[in-house]
Amino acid sequence: MTDDVHPSPPAGRAASESGLIRWLLIGTALVFLTTFLFLPLAFVFVTGLKKGLAVYLAAIVEPDALAAIRLTLLTAAIAVPLNLVFGVTAAWAIAKFSFPGKSVLITLIDLPFAVSPVIAGLIYVLIFGLQGWFGAWLAEHDMKIIFAVPGIVLATVFVTFPFVARELIPLMQAQGTEQEEAATVLGARGWQTFWRITLPNVKWGLLYGVILCNARAMGEFGAVSVVSGHIRGMTNTLPLHVEILYNEYQFAAAFACASLLALLALVTLALKLGVEYRARGMRRPVQEAAIAASVGVK
Amino acid sequence: MRSIAAEAKDSPETLKDAPLTRPVRRLDEVKAAKQPVVRYAFDAESARVFSPRKTARRHRSVLPGFGLSLGFTIVYLSLIVLIPLSAVFIKTASLTWPAFLAIVTAPRVVASYRLTFGASFGAAAINTIFGLLVAWVLVRYRFPGRRLADALVDLPFALPTAVAGIALTGLFAANGWIGSLLDPLGIKVAFTPLGVLVALTFIGLPFVVRTVQPVLEQLPRELEEAAATLGASRWPIFRRVIFPVVLPALITGFALAFARAIGEYGSVIFIAGNMPMVSEITPLVIITKLEQYDYNGATAVAVVMLVVSFVLLLAINALQAWTRRRQGAQA
Repeated sequence: MTDDVHPSPPAGRAASESGLIRWLLIGTALVFLTTFLFLPLAFVFVTGLKKGLAVYLAAIVEPDALAAIRLTLLTAAIAVPLNLVFGVTAAWAIAKFSFPGKSVLITLIDLPFAVSPVIAGLIYVLIFGLQGWFGAWLAEHDMKIIFAVPGIVLATVFVTFPFVARELIPLMQAQGTEQEEAATVLGARGWQTFWRITLPNVKWGLLYGVILCNARAMGEFGAVSVVSGHIRGMTNTLPLHVEILYNEYQFAAAFACASLLALLALVTLALKLGVEYRARGMRRPVQEAAIAASVGVK
Repeated sequence: MRSIAAEAKDSPETLKDAPLTRPVRRLDEVKAAKQPVVRYAFDAESARVFSPRKTARRHRSVLPGFGLSLGFTIVYLSLIVLIPLSAVFIKTASLTWPAFLAIVTAPRVVASYRLTFGASFGAAAINTIFGLLVAWVLVRYRFPGRRLADALVDLPFALPTAVAGIALTGLFAANGWIGSLLDPLGIKVAFTPLGVLVALTFIGLPFVVRTVQPVLEQLPRELEEAAATLGASRWPIFRRVIFPVVLPALITGFALAFARAIGEYGSVIFIAGNMPMVSEITPLVIITKLEQYDYNGATAVAVVMLVVSFVLLLAINALQAWTRRRQGAQA
């Protein structure tokens, strides 16, 4: 337990803390992390399984729960690809070209992160709701966006908007344009350059963005809650279903469904670690090449 | 070389008198190390092309797809984000100024600001202190479970907020795992403003850790060793050497956690109890007004929150630029 610390502090005591202080700091940090992270996670699974596996499974295969799971998957299946395409396109324009107003554009892309999810829902109610801009027109043509699936998808697209773009822009900016330029000069067409050069270079960053985007798309609560209308079996996503069960004091069922979402979070964290690990392995040869190049130039 | 050969034939004296030592000044190695120019150019024309600032106008990229990708980006951004957001401001513009003020300064709304901003500030402050501690422990020490702890820090990003909300409520309720320990002490967390603080602390936890961690990792050990060799003891070293380097990242982390907390809804509403004037957060006020079909009221309060969010976003951008500059100066 004491084979920790950094190897042999050269300047003696003052370059590091004494053992007692070190363990005090570690202890405090671990108590804090356990209270706020580990216990809530454990609580979800323990409460979900408290009344036995049969109750747990019954809560998940119940028709309303299945409908909620289906809607959650559908929403993510629409929102994630949309924002993936947007993220790649935006990163291509921003990282590979120079144009005035670029930093403003980057700030605008970040905007949905700064906006409260409740407001994200509200804006679509203002536009498509019954009293909204297009409300009368939509009612005339018998179309529903608010309190229906399209509204849920729109709100989800809004809150997950920046994830992919935000991962890709700094990565592609750091990589520069030399490789693509070389490919173009050698006669590659635009799409060829993209598929063979750009995409392999950013694949881990891209995957990372998609994983985070998907987690948020499946777990979004505030924005979706405003536009969904909470119609059971119709416009309830899994997080909304959890809320309804909880408010009806069906705690075992609520936590059983919540444990599915917690599982999603754990899978997300595991995938994220995996991607970070692979990306680190990828980066090393590139860095070495860069160092070699700079030494050669000098 | 040829001109020198010609010169040797034409006027041997000039060549003979040529200075034997070349009038080249000593290389400025310090500057070269601080600002390495890795790319070099043979002439002034291409040097201008390589200079990072002026690239835009002088250098036309050979890469295709600029118009298409930028056009798509702007159209999609406008349709999904900009036009819908402008709806809030356009809707509010239909209100008269006194009517707007009456809505956003109603006692119940003001009480909700006090709770939202107060609890967000408190939670961000807690996260700043403990976030620095956690980042320090994760970067500097090796102990069993370190990797697990490091991975778990991101949990609030990945766990749906509704799940976090019901889990924290269960934990901190009077009969919960933690609540039952606090209850005999007379501390009630769930269904009080204290519960809001707990939920917002959970939500903001990763921000400070993840902004401070890379700065600590890059902090050169030599600085501390030098200070120690010069006779400084541990606490002054931390205060004078480490803390100033970490400070910009710490403030950025605080601002990010604060910004996230003021908009938070899902994790708070379960634990807050939602009593008007006491434990009702501003996003909930917006939802309540919407459910009563009071669209004017909801949008007016939303405008106040949006303006605060925008100001924070700009402040965070400036802070991050500052952090990068400080780190650049360090490296």
